Amino acid sequence: MGLFLDIKKKFETFSLSVHLQTEVPITGLLGASGCGKSMTLRCIAGIERPDEGKIILNGQTLFDSEKHINLPPQKRGVGYLFQNYALFPNMTVEQNILAGLSKEKSKIRKREVLSEMLELFSLTELRRRRPHELSGGQAQRAALARILASDPQLLLLDEPFSALDTYLREQLQVQMLETLKEFGKDTILVTHSRDEAYHMCEQVALMEKGHIFSFGAMKSVFANPRTIAGARITGCKNIAKAQKTGEREIFVPKWGISLSLEKPVDDSLEAIGIRAHAFLPAPAKNNAHMTIPFPVVFSGELEEPFEWILQFRFQNQTPDSISLWWRIPKEQYPKTLPKYLYLSLDDVLLLYRQKMDN
Amino acid sequence: MDLFPLFNSLRIAFLSSFFVFFTGIFAAYYAAKLPRLLKGILDVILTLPLVLPPTVVGYFLLLLLGTKRPFGAWMMEQFQIRIVMSWYAAVFASYAVAFPLMYRTARGAFESFDITLADAGRTLGLSNTYIFWRIRMPACRQGILAGTVLAFARALGEYGATSMVCGYTPKRTATISTTVYQLWRTDNDALAFRWVFINLIISAFVLLTVNMLEKKQRRK
Repeated sequence: MGLFLDIKKKFETFSLSVHLQTEVPITGLLGASGCGKSMTLRCIAGIERPDEGKIILNGQTLFDSEKHINLPPQKRGVGYLFQNYALFPNMTVEQNILAGLSKEKSKIRKREVLSEMLELFSLTELRRRRPHELSGGQAQRAALARILASDPQLLLLDEPFSALDTYLREQLQVQMLETLKEFGKDTILVTHSRDEAYHMCEQVALMEKGHIFSFGAMKSVFANPRTIAGARITGCKNIAKAQKTGEREIFVPKWGISLSLEKPVDDSLEAIGIRAHAFLPAPAKNNAHMTIPFPVVFSGELEEPFEWILQFRFQNQTPDSISLWWRIPKEQYPKTLPKYLYLSLDDVLLLYRQKMDN
Repeated sequence: MDLFPLFNSLRIAFLSSFFVFFTGIFAAYYAAKLPRLLKGILDVILTLPLVLPPTVVGYFLLLLLGTKRPFGAWMMEQFQIRIVMSWYAAVFASYAVAFPLMYRTARGAFESFDITLADAGRTLGLSNTYIFWRIRMPACRQGILAGTVLAFARALGEYGATSMVCGYTPKRTATISTTVYQLWRTDNDALAFRWVFINLIISAFVLLTVNMLEKKQRRK
């Protein structure tokens, strides 16, 4: 059961090669814009045809290039929430939702589902409005109501919050989560926002250049992104190439530092990453896994609403490398800037060369 | 004052824009879907009558419709209908020059249509026929209407090709535009002015309609 996806599609500038198998309610597809996330959704929905591969949803084959199966979007039972919501501009909210009920033959049942949807999504008052008379949040609710009225097996959400004002986003994420739980639909959410993915999804697939390079439970993917691209997408600010110098020893040339780790390092080590929150001005108490103190020089600062970003360089850092970021809550801004910074060894992200398995 | 030219012009314009409407939309819809090279070639062919001198269009029409030419000869043989020098020859002439206007405007409307609306329709299980008539056409309505009105106006004012394929015969092939020329040529300025005035009113009305449609489109 769930979704099985193994597709390839070539384009002029890049090629898509996605393998994914998921059974959890909400799976995130996280990646920079242009990495092929939306194209993947379009293939699942049947809007685009992959060159080869298979798509199986809950045991039903939607696409199989070898068996020449390619169900039209109408027969896939896959709901697609577009970035711009794609409400039909010539129809009212009510007519838009009814368009999602075209398969339902019974008029009484149609009416029932319609009023149920209008109520659930607080659209009853807006039922006679046209899409251009709706706010972003209202349009999103209408589009979601229309899709859920069509009772799909799988829901695809394509950057559903990107058209909304920032202050609305988080509020609507909570609402959407509740709705999705209520309907119990399997969902794939495409986003380039790491926060959005973190809020909404149990599982996440990280995507770059048409390829999923990391997939797993949200927390473990964030705790151990495994590759440079993964570290970047999950928001790691400090990344530098590193060399393995011993069983547990690594050297970071650009930063001019060496680290002795507690776990063995794999030969395919490419870089290390340190999140901006991880640095400490003093060794944490009761924590035996601290690094040696690193002498640092502060070079600049950047103020955010609730945090400070302090930019610094290691003492032996090469001049051509960029400064590191240390992010601290405002109330912890030190009276005098520390001469040394510390790290917990657990916070050193070891990033390995990407294995191109397909 | 003999109003035959007005009646004749209107019937020619209505008939030709009727055909232009359907064939123009058809051509525009399928051209918008073609691969780029084929689309470019088709585009040149279909738009050519817009930029060619109407007399050249008339010349080509005579090559096709003349009694000794393929289509004209066939019509003569099968139905004993002589197309050239009759009022329906003007329908062909108006059709040829008005078609590109409809085709281009409709194609523009189809191309600016937000394709995600059709995609959304398909994922919701709506049939392609439903999507075409209930979503695509309404969304492109203003452009298609504007194209129709422009084509009608062009058909109504056609002179060059018309005068070549059907000449000027009072009460038979005279249209407003050929009448104006004929009256001016025969020094009947006063009557010519009346026809000019009628023409001005019709054209102004048509342009007002187009402007109104475009404004509506922009507001959307």
